Amino acid sequence: MRLLGTVVAATMAAATGLAAGSALAGPTFDAVREKGFVQCGVNSSGLPGFATVDDQGNWSGFDIDLCRAIAVAVFGDRNAVKFTPLTAKERFTALQSGEIDVLVRNTTWTLTRDTALGLDFLGVNYYDGQGFMVPKSLGVKSALELDGASVCVQTGTTTELNLADFFRANNMSYEPVVFETNDELLPAFQAGRCDVFTTDQSGLYATRTKFENPDDYVILPEVISKEPLGPVVRHGDNEWGDVVRWTLFAMIEAEEYGVTSENVDELRANSTNPTIRRLLGVEGEFGKNLGLPQDWAYQIIKQIGNYGEVFERNLGMNTPLKIARGLNDLWTRGGLQYSMPFR
Amino acid sequence: MAVAERGRSPALLPPVSERLGPLAWLKRNLFSTWYNSLLTILVGYLLYVVLVPFFEWAILNATFFGDSKEACDFDGACWALITSRLGQYLYGLYPVAERWRVNAAFLLLILAMVPLFLPRFRHRLLYACGLVFLYPPVAYLFFAGGVFGLPFVETAQWGGLFLTLVIAGVGITASLPIGVLLALGRRSEMPVIRALCVVFIEVIRGVPLVTILFMASVMLPLFLPPGVTIDKLLRALIGVALFASAYMAEVVRGGLQGIPKGQYEAAMALGLGYWQMMGYVVLPQALRMVIPGIVNTFIGLFKDTALVTIIGLYDLLGMSRFIIQDPKWLGLAAESYLFAGFGFWVFCFAMSRYSMYVEKVLSAGERR
Amino acid sequence: MASASHRPAPPRATAFWRDPRVRALFAQALVLGLVLLGAAYLVRNTLLNLERLGVSSGFGFLNTTAGFDISQTLIAYDRTYSYGRAFIVGLLNTFYVAAVGILLATVIGFVMGIARLSSNWLVAKVAAAYIEIVRNVPLLLQLIMWYVVVLGGLPAPRNSLALGESVFLNVRGLFIPRPQFEEGFGWVVAAFLASVVAVVVLARWARRRFEATGQPFPVFWTSLGVLFGLPALAFLLAGQPLSFEYPVLGRFRITGGMVMLPEFMAMVLGLSVYTGAFIAEIVRGGILAISKGQWEAAYALGLSRGQALRLIIVPQALRVIIPPQTSQYLNLTKNSSLGVAIGYPDFFNVAGTINNQTGQAVEVIAITMAVYLTLSLLISAFMNWYNARMALVER
Repeated sequence: MRLLGTVVAATMAAATGLAAGSALAGPTFDAVREKGFVQCGVNSSGLPGFATVDDQGNWSGFDIDLCRAIAVAVFGDRNAVKFTPLTAKERFTALQSGEIDVLVRNTTWTLTRDTALGLDFLGVNYYDGQGFMVPKSLGVKSALELDGASVCVQTGTTTELNLADFFRANNMSYEPVVFETNDELLPAFQAGRCDVFTTDQSGLYATRTKFENPDDYVILPEVISKEPLGPVVRHGDNEWGDVVRWTLFAMIEAEEYGVTSENVDELRANSTNPTIRRLLGVEGEFGKNLGLPQDWAYQIIKQIGNYGEVFERNLGMNTPLKIARGLNDLWTRGGLQYSMPFR
Repeated sequence: MAVAERGRSPALLPPVSERLGPLAWLKRNLFSTWYNSLLTILVGYLLYVVLVPFFEWAILNATFFGDSKEACDFDGACWALITSRLGQYLYGLYPVAERWRVNAAFLLLILAMVPLFLPRFRHRLLYACGLVFLYPPVAYLFFAGGVFGLPFVETAQWGGLFLTLVIAGVGITASLPIGVLLALGRRSEMPVIRALCVVFIEVIRGVPLVTILFMASVMLPLFLPPGVTIDKLLRALIGVALFASAYMAEVVRGGLQGIPKGQYEAAMALGLGYWQMMGYVVLPQALRMVIPGIVNTFIGLFKDTALVTIIGLYDLLGMSRFIIQDPKWLGLAAESYLFAGFGFWVFCFAMSRYSMYVEKVLSAGERR
Repeated sequence: MASASHRPAPPRATAFWRDPRVRALFAQALVLGLVLLGAAYLVRNTLLNLERLGVSSGFGFLNTTAGFDISQTLIAYDRTYSYGRAFIVGLLNTFYVAAVGILLATVIGFVMGIARLSSNWLVAKVAAAYIEIVRNVPLLLQLIMWYVVVLGGLPAPRNSLALGESVFLNVRGLFIPRPQFEEGFGWVVAAFLASVVAVVVLARWARRRFEATGQPFPVFWTSLGVLFGLPALAFLLAGQPLSFEYPVLGRFRITGGMVMLPEFMAMVLGLSVYTGAFIAEIVRGGILAISKGQWEAAYALGLSRGQALRLIIVPQALRVIIPPQTSQYLNLTKNSSLGVAIGYPDFFNVAGTINNQTGQAVEVIAITMAVYLTLSLLISAFMNWYNARMALVER
């Protein structure tokens, strides 16, 4: 029996050693470079303008373009990215467990998520706020008229919490109708199960385009919360976080200095503006500091476009969503989008 | 309601042939007593009220082809949705140019299974075992590609009926051997092994499949060392296989309990070891006895695969839900779900008929 | 290996590793060791992962404010209550839907099971078609379809189907008056309890008299009279201490009264129609399992058809029916977790929301599994007890 005990103990020790060995995996950035693509977590329920997949499995949208921009920064290839569709419920574990490298899934930056969930938010690619959509036939003009309404909301979101707060703060009652995904929620809303559909305003605009008669629905003017949506990486993943953060900043900075996918070649060759020269890698060693190629930002702008171009292409006035820039305009034009200086 | 009283034939008439005239048939089977007549009329009326409009909707007024909802009549079913998107119902988002690979792999399986049904083929069991071990890797190569010049297709693109069959197939092939081991473990005389098996079986059977799938999709990644990840589909497969094996174990246990003690004693008297005894004497008899139960577990498993929709995989049900999100086809939930339901039904019904057939053959064998 | 103890101990001459008892011990130690090792490995990984990510752990979150609302609450609950309370609300919703579903499924199952054996061809075929269709389509799909049907088939609140001024049916649910118990209703309850006691005593007395003298006593009708009569009398004497709060059609929805949500209706319909098909097959099997001789013997004793069924056939059939019936009830309860797909706030659904708001995946899943496991064990323990009792009565 003693022999037996020794054998068991030895096996146990060996296995524990194995476990310890594999626990020391490298940081995400190295892993990404090694495998040759970025694994990006995106919205699975299909949010037009932000993340949708067509019949052929091709992804497109505002969030998708940020994922592609990250891929361009690292590999110079807008297709060096794979998308993992995630529900609201799955998204954080998918990131925590390393299934994805970065989460770009209209995710609100909150204190709890930034701390207790082991995540790091890197910036805001879309400033949003929660709103309400109602059928026009209801004749409601303001969210304050919604006392007693039944409200469709997606579970596991900040939306669900804001909703409860808003009605309570205004001494109104409501009936929550809670669904897991938009796929379940939308048919219920259209069947009249609830009077009101609430989510981030961008989501309302996006969802409305999916309806048969979008004009039969109105979005109420009230915005009841702050919803800064942005890309997320794992806590403590600093080098990789820098790459994601400055990818976003490069797109914003490019818009501020008028660098577009059209004129980027010309500006790289001829511009004398020191900021543009630094941004496009003509001056300085910024790429090296980030661990990226020298022309990383140039490639992003060339292949994906600056922030404004991406916005207009996916969400702007020429798309079915028709979203105005609003808070997402540059700070120079009264918005909130502001890049830290490239210097 | 009257319980069947067949064979109550009028005593004094000459023996009639089994064939009844239509009127006599009606009289005997539908209008034998006043309350039976009433019942027949009532049920008949209800059927008329339900089935006739359904038939009109589904067949007479239906539109079978078209590019969008506009092609469809308002008061009939819009089967154009199914016909125009059939590829997605069958293959999900699998690239169109690569779909032949799925077909080829399934064709290969059918061809490989032909020898099993040849009456003169001798090594049926051996061959079946070989197939179980060899076919899955081959099929995986076909499906996923990445070698021999076949482009790689991510599992995230697998979907539709194809994915349903993959999940059910893996569940079925994995659950039988694991289930047998668990059943043997549960009847083992070694207390530790018995306890472990009992705990495993009862825990799995005690919780709903969704919690297991949820755990597989949300928690499993946390169990693994950092940097190690498992494909989402694989996680679902593990969940489904574990779940099915616990149920399978109970079915097999039923068979094992039905083997008389004399069989064990005879096997031991022949000097067979444990595995020889089980493999040559006990299991062949026990498994034969519970074939209907095994097939029923398979049916349950096949239906349960629909639950992977909840964790965001696009099986037949998930796909039929995904497709009706398309603005072009909005509001056609009934058509889409009916089609998916029909797809599931065909497979499950076929399996249940097979199980009844086997049951009949088995009981006939016993009577001999 | 497992057969080891059947064999006589081998002669001493063989080496100890050939001794089956040693080998059995060794095998068990090995398996146990491997299982423990595997478990330790997973636990270690989980702890490492959680620590590395800085995720907080522990069950402290149960006492913090939930902050979200739930559509159907059987006990007082709003966003200011704790996560722990939210769990309980979800659990009660599971019980509620399972209880109603089990009742309805049993009724459907018995009716359809007997109908399938009917001598009426049409009835038998309709029952068979119902069973064969429903059993072979996934429950999740059926639930989703029922939900589509319920939502699509019911009118908007303003066009509610109304039964007088008190019952409304629309896409928001079925609204019925809520009973308000006033002072003095306690007498009615007391009268009811008293009548229950009276019925039990009466039944015992009738049984003893029947065994002693062979004279039957119409227990059923007398009991029914006592059970309804006594409380009704008390109700009148106490001055009708009951009023109703009627639902009122408001701007968006109907306020007041009691409501049955469409999600709940779809769940009950889906669960009971699905499980009913399985119970029907069990009932059919149970009745077929009783040999014809039992009927003939009963008739020979001069029992009527009803008496034969009640005294001879059903008690025996129940013995066959109950064990598989148990597992159907269990399945129904577990299947109620599919409510998550149509927005019914059952336990699993609420647990999912809590997991999402707190990020405490490990704790939430542990609680979820523990609750379902306990539920399963309780139901099967109860049914085993009932089964044992049935078997004893029979002898």
